[in-house]
Amino acid sequence: MTNKKELELYFHIPFCVRKCLYCDFLSAPADRETIGRYMEALLAETEGSAVSYADHRVPTVFIGGGTPSVAAVEDMERLLSSVGRLYRLDRDAEITMEVNPGTVSGEQLRRLYRAGVNRLSIGLQSADDGELAAIGRIHTWEQFLDAYGEARRAGFGNVNVDIMSALPGQTLAGYRRTLERVLSLEPPPEHISAYSLILEEGTPLFERYEEGSLEIPDEDADREMYELTREILAQRGYRRYEISNYAREGYECRHNCGYWRRRSYLGLGLGAASLVDNVRFRNGADLRAYLADPLGCREAEQILSRQEQMEEFMFLGLRMRSGISCGEFRQLFGRGIEEIYGDVIDKNIRDGLLELWPEREGAGESLGRLALTEKGLDLSNYVMAQFLL
Amino acid sequence: MESMDRKQEQGRIRNFCIVAHIDHGKSTLADRIIEHTGLLTSREMQAQVLDNMDLERERGITIKAQAVRTVYKARDGQEYILNLIDTPGHVDFNYEVSRSLAACDGAILVVDAAQGIEAQTLANVYLALDHDLDVIPVINKIDLPSAEPQRVIDEIEDVIGLEAQDAPLISAKNGIGIEDVLEQIVKKIPAPKGNPDSPLQALIFDSLYDSYKGVIIFCRIMEGTVKKGTAIRMMATGAKEEVVEVGVFGAGQFIPCEELSAGMVGYITASIKNVKDTAVGDTVTDDANPCEAPLPGYKKVQSMVYCGFYPADGAKYPDLRDALEKLQLNDAALQYEPETSVALGFGFRCGFLGLLHLEVIQERLEREYNLDLVATAPGVVYKVFKTNGEMIELTNPSNLPDPSVIEHMEEPVVSAEIMVTSEFIGSIMELCQERRGRYLGMEYIEASRAVLRYELPLNEIIYDFFDALKSRSKGYASFDYDIKGYEESKLVKLDILINKEEVDALSFIVHADSAYERGRRMCEKLKEEIPRHLFEIPIQAAIGGKVIARETVKAMRKDVLAKCYGGDITRKKKLLEKQKEGKKRMRQIGNVEIPQKAFLSVLKLDDD
Repeated sequence: MTNKKELELYFHIPFCVRKCLYCDFLSAPADRETIGRYMEALLAETEGSAVSYADHRVPTVFIGGGTPSVAAVEDMERLLSSVGRLYRLDRDAEITMEVNPGTVSGEQLRRLYRAGVNRLSIGLQSADDGELAAIGRIHTWEQFLDAYGEARRAGFGNVNVDIMSALPGQTLAGYRRTLERVLSLEPPPEHISAYSLILEEGTPLFERYEEGSLEIPDEDADREMYELTREILAQRGYRRYEISNYAREGYECRHNCGYWRRRSYLGLGLGAASLVDNVRFRNGADLRAYLADPLGCREAEQILSRQEQMEEFMFLGLRMRSGISCGEFRQLFGRGIEEIYGDVIDKNIRDGLLELWPEREGAGESLGRLALTEKGLDLSNYVMAQFLL
Repeated sequence: MESMDRKQEQGRIRNFCIVAHIDHGKSTLADRIIEHTGLLTSREMQAQVLDNMDLERERGITIKAQAVRTVYKARDGQEYILNLIDTPGHVDFNYEVSRSLAACDGAILVVDAAQGIEAQTLANVYLALDHDLDVIPVINKIDLPSAEPQRVIDEIEDVIGLEAQDAPLISAKNGIGIEDVLEQIVKKIPAPKGNPDSPLQALIFDSLYDSYKGVIIFCRIMEGTVKKGTAIRMMATGAKEEVVEVGVFGAGQFIPCEELSAGMVGYITASIKNVKDTAVGDTVTDDANPCEAPLPGYKKVQSMVYCGFYPADGAKYPDLRDALEKLQLNDAALQYEPETSVALGFGFRCGFLGLLHLEVIQERLEREYNLDLVATAPGVVYKVFKTNGEMIELTNPSNLPDPSVIEHMEEPVVSAEIMVTSEFIGSIMELCQERRGRYLGMEYIEASRAVLRYELPLNEIIYDFFDALKSRSKGYASFDYDIKGYEESKLVKLDILINKEEVDALSFIVHADSAYERGRRMCEKLKEEIPRHLFEIPIQAAIGGKVIARETVKAMRKDVLAKCYGGDITRKKKLLEKQKEGKKRMRQIGNVEIPQKAFLSVLKLDDD
């Protein structure tokens, strides 16, 4: 049973009530009818794809967006029941759905829980209503509290809360308040994702910043917030297991770790990306084409060369605090990691950005694990870029 | 051909050029003339037949002089041969312009009906008059709403003193009035003189290297006749060869003919390997029956501006050498010699006529030869007089001798004419003062426009003077200059230290009075350009070991991309690739990586 091939499932819901000012993901507001038609198409793609993966078991499902909670709960129920029927879903599969405060009711949450969703990811971003408004979020802290309470009452025992630092107008004290408010929730979230705001080209915030009409905390303030996150969350028993993700023991997001470990995953829905057995492919981003033919939107496949596989293995794996296994590298690529990356590894160890750990449960030959140090986590792009061959 | 026929043919030749300020419509008029004389069908017409290098078209500037021969059937029923000789339109190429003019008997002066006379109009027209050319004024762009032809006609008469009342009013763009221009060429420009039976005397006004034919000499036959088999000699360079082919210029192609005789414009090939042997301005004669004296006006080309070119990838050094060699085949004004820099490795110190010439060569190296270059700050040639009486011509700041053995230094100075509308006189004078200009005088050419005369050090105008001029006059000022000579000046070498190491490629010579300001701005600029490293990096400017300015690049604290969404790693990978790509374009100095564009930052100090 366990040696069966694994396939994670990702569902993309490209709709939201209103686009946030920093968002450059594939998402846009849409009317109820379009969302309904989209959910039909997504169901068709899900059902039509099942046969190709009949021999894979599914350990995790992630429904992301956009704001998946804008879809009708009946449609979500049908989708999940179809996954349960047509895919070999593990009994203990992690099934996550993203929700946005202000778009979910207690009734909706109870039905989703019954339909199998067992992990919720709630986009809070900030506990300060002023900061929320400044980045174009549609909800308030009060609304978040409602949603969080309803989620707990509905039975969710594994909840993530997203927060953001370096927001326009945010002070260190303000950010500390957000952290503390989140940690004083009853019960506190099992998982916290803490990102700093990145101004992506083409977003309204980016344009305002370019015009000079947007004040954002400078790099030093940003760093202080970042360090504060680490410090406070560590005190409260959260382990930083990935660059931006913190969790109580045993509550790491299995789905996302699959991405970093390069497990196979199938992305369903508009623009969704997939990796199956070292082939990357994705659906196109044209909504009309997707609605017309949800199974016919796949764009050209990219078969990863050995070199690309090595690069990905490194720069994805290093996102995790536990890093990569040198033994696994050898096993996958038939060559020692030091042969390919010896110089880069030595240099970054000297610079204090990488460290070698002994393998935890060294079955057979133990080559150790290679991981970013705390400092290396902060400079991860700088380190990872060196692993491109 | 018999003498009589040659003489008769000579009477129907018109050799002329078109002179104009940039953008007044020279190339367009040339196109129309070619079109109108019917040698080409419209289908064959490229947008601009004379400018056949891509680069020139994009810049709107004609770089290499070329010629075209067309046949025009005039209203008098006769067919005339019109040789249109194109002239480069930039002050860098003044000498080449003067040789092209010397090959002509007349010139068409194109003036924009809206803008009127500009600095280059004046400079070019005086140059044409100096060569005793008959100048026919033509008013172009009369279809513009802002056109004021009568005002411009009066201006031409008042300022230049040319009769202009019957100047053709044309729109080259829309083909209006072209026939009038052609008729005036036939009527007002004299036929060439010269005796076909005299010893050969031909003026080289351009030459071109062709891999099949060798050097193709573009010339105007002043006296005598040349044909296949004639043993020719270049009187200044001494090169000798037997003529393989002579011919005339079609539009963009070479048309072989029997012979070229006095008055004709055409080409000669003689299996010559290098354009250095066929210098512009040199005289071609018959080695067996030479003319008494060469034509006047020949000058050896001299590089005025120097800079170092280094391949971004050190392994491409041989490719750069080959490319320079090939370019030089066609460009006798390009000089280069190998040099080494601690910071940049192996490269070449290259000499140019001016900054435009430098930019053109750099672009051609990058575009046609696919080379990624690092160029050091352009500098002029300084004369360094040492205490032991020796004089050296300094082209690379790194070679400046120790100050203790320098008696004094001299720098090249130009006399400049700047034409500007009166509202901007103040700001232009201010600019000239900042650039160490010496005010010579000012003349109003009409109520609202004046010519300012200044002497300026060449090194103050080579980088960005033209841009500064344009921006401070909202584009209205125009500018022309001549090299005047060398003058003593208080010059120092400014060195840049990055993380305590001197970066030779960033050193430059500057006047002592502006050294502090330049050093300070340079440090500021480099601080922006040098990315944060894992450690703190001091950037210092120093004169003779004494630090005069300092900035610091703080250590890097954060470089993460947090979000990586829904398994879509393409963006993440692109970002990392970009980062890696950026690293490739870095130069390692000690343990600091400096982006290549930082080396250009010295040029752009006046941006802000």
